[in-house]
Amino acid sequence: MQRYILSRLFQSFIMLVGVLFIVFFMLQLTGDPVALMVSRNASPEQVEELREELGFNRPVMVQFADFISKAVRGDFGMSLRHNQPAMELILERLPATVELASIALLFAMVVGIPLGLLGGANPGSIWDAFARGAGLIGQTIPNFWLALILIMVFAVNLGWFPSFGRETWQFMGLALPTKSVVLPAFALGLFTMGQLVRFTRSAVLEIKNEDFVRTAYSKGLADWRVYVKHILRNAAIPLISILGVQFGYLLSGSIYIETIFSWPGLGNLLAESIGNRDFALVQAIAFFTSLVVVSLNLTADIAYGMADPRIRYGEQ
Amino acid sequence: MDSEATIKSTGSRIDEEAERGIWPKLIYVWRLLYRDKAGMLGLAMFLIVVATAVFSPLLSPYDPLKQDLMAAKQPPAWSEKGDMSHILGTDNLGRDMLSRIIYGSRVSVTVGFFGVLIACSLGMTIGLVSGYIGGRVDSFIMGGVNMILALPYLVFVVFIASILGRSLINVILIFGFTNIPIFARITRGEVLRLRESGFVESALSIGATRTRILFSHILPNLLGPLITIATFEMSGMIFYEAGLGFLGLSVPPSTPSWGNMLASGRQYLTIYPWIATFPGLAIVFTGLGMNLFGDWLRDVLDPRLRRTKR
Repeated sequence: MQRYILSRLFQSFIMLVGVLFIVFFMLQLTGDPVALMVSRNASPEQVEELREELGFNRPVMVQFADFISKAVRGDFGMSLRHNQPAMELILERLPATVELASIALLFAMVVGIPLGLLGGANPGSIWDAFARGAGLIGQTIPNFWLALILIMVFAVNLGWFPSFGRETWQFMGLALPTKSVVLPAFALGLFTMGQLVRFTRSAVLEIKNEDFVRTAYSKGLADWRVYVKHILRNAAIPLISILGVQFGYLLSGSIYIETIFSWPGLGNLLAESIGNRDFALVQAIAFFTSLVVVSLNLTADIAYGMADPRIRYGEQ
Repeated sequence: MDSEATIKSTGSRIDEEAERGIWPKLIYVWRLLYRDKAGMLGLAMFLIVVATAVFSPLLSPYDPLKQDLMAAKQPPAWSEKGDMSHILGTDNLGRDMLSRIIYGSRVSVTVGFFGVLIACSLGMTIGLVSGYIGGRVDSFIMGGVNMILALPYLVFVVFIASILGRSLINVILIFGFTNIPIFARITRGEVLRLRESGFVESALSIGATRTRILFSHILPNLLGPLITIATFEMSGMIFYEAGLGFLGLSVPPSTPSWGNMLASGRQYLTIYPWIATFPGLAIVFTGLGMNLFGDWLRDVLDPRLRRTKR
């Protein structure tokens, strides 16, 4: 197990170095990063001044070394727009994104897993049709459009939920979610819900035919017991890694949803900083979300290895 | 279940037909599709979108760029204030919605088609090299591929798009290059599986060269899984293109595209809701068609799923 964890850790470390490399050289893609950052009607003197100030007049490799040495200490430079360290801004916005992604994942799990189980248990039934429909809908409705429709129907016409912004409920020093999270979380979580339905359904269909299920039935166990104790438990192992990946997707994929609902999270900050051509902040966000996603994958992999010995021994 | 049994048996039937050549195989697949309602519907929907893109000038009632401020913000024909001159209404500048949606399909189909073409051809080559050579080359390439696949995709696509600027070519290149790893991984996996298969072994034993095995035994068998993935990837690219357009990072604002239309419709969401509704429906229609078709293709063509399914 130790070797397995160490090799996973090493892989994650290499990945993050790769990310830093990509994030740095992406800005060089057009040849002149400073030209990207200034407004179109800036004078050549102003451009030179900024180049000097940000250190872009040095050789690229020197810039890269400087970038790396600061980045490993969490310093991605100052946001030009907010005049505040980029990392500080990110940490300020993080709680909102985590709240949104967690509730979206919760919704996806609570609806998706039981529906997949019901569909897989009774293929061809009305539940199955429902499950397959939910899977297809999750895959085919773009979340940015769904968000607009939800605002039109539930915020403007019915007035049940606020159409934008985040409100929290302060309780014992904690900022708890209020109904302002319902629409964005639904729009964000629908895709994941569809994925979970599809996955659970096909896992159940597959596991149902295994020998141990027949044994469980022949012992005289009740239907629900077989499903919960034998089938779901076996489907749960691969589900761990899917949930890890999906949580990463939700945390990093909320750009549209946060923009549409003016949700004060990381995705909104990213869209905003792109609009402001604030590339130090864009780099920092890209690295930070990669860090979060890579750590989530690492955690899921380790949990998977603990739950299923075949994985950790297969690696060696 | 009946359909389970058919899927299992069709799998071996396809392989049997394949031994007789490519045409009997294609005809057999077509007959299967003809029997499958959902797959047929998906194909029909996809073909409608492609035909719309190809014949846009013939189909659209108006010039999609022509502004008519007198007729601006006209609701669709079936609502109280609408009339038949603009069936889906007009946008904030008085441009005909239907014509813009028809022309918008061109951007989506072009991005999807060329994006997949680039990603598939390069990804397939990389996957073939990686899987066929194996060893260190393989672990190096696959290390890179897995790394890119584990990155937050949307964040990086948005990042690159914001640097490169708005143009159709840039969008195609972004989606083409960022999707190479998916095709590379699938191809490599298939090559590894095929390399161990009985027919490659037999070919080797009668003295076939590596090149011959690659081109006449491995490549034809890659087609099925690659076409399936291509369908899903194409629908994914159409989604992401619209999303970039929505953020103002895809084609220039003057080009009618579904994403650009959604972006402008968003500003009038509460007063003129149809401006944002119809382009979204077009995206859903396309995605639904391609997913139905892709699901069916996967059931019939993908040997691995055929084996493990149910």
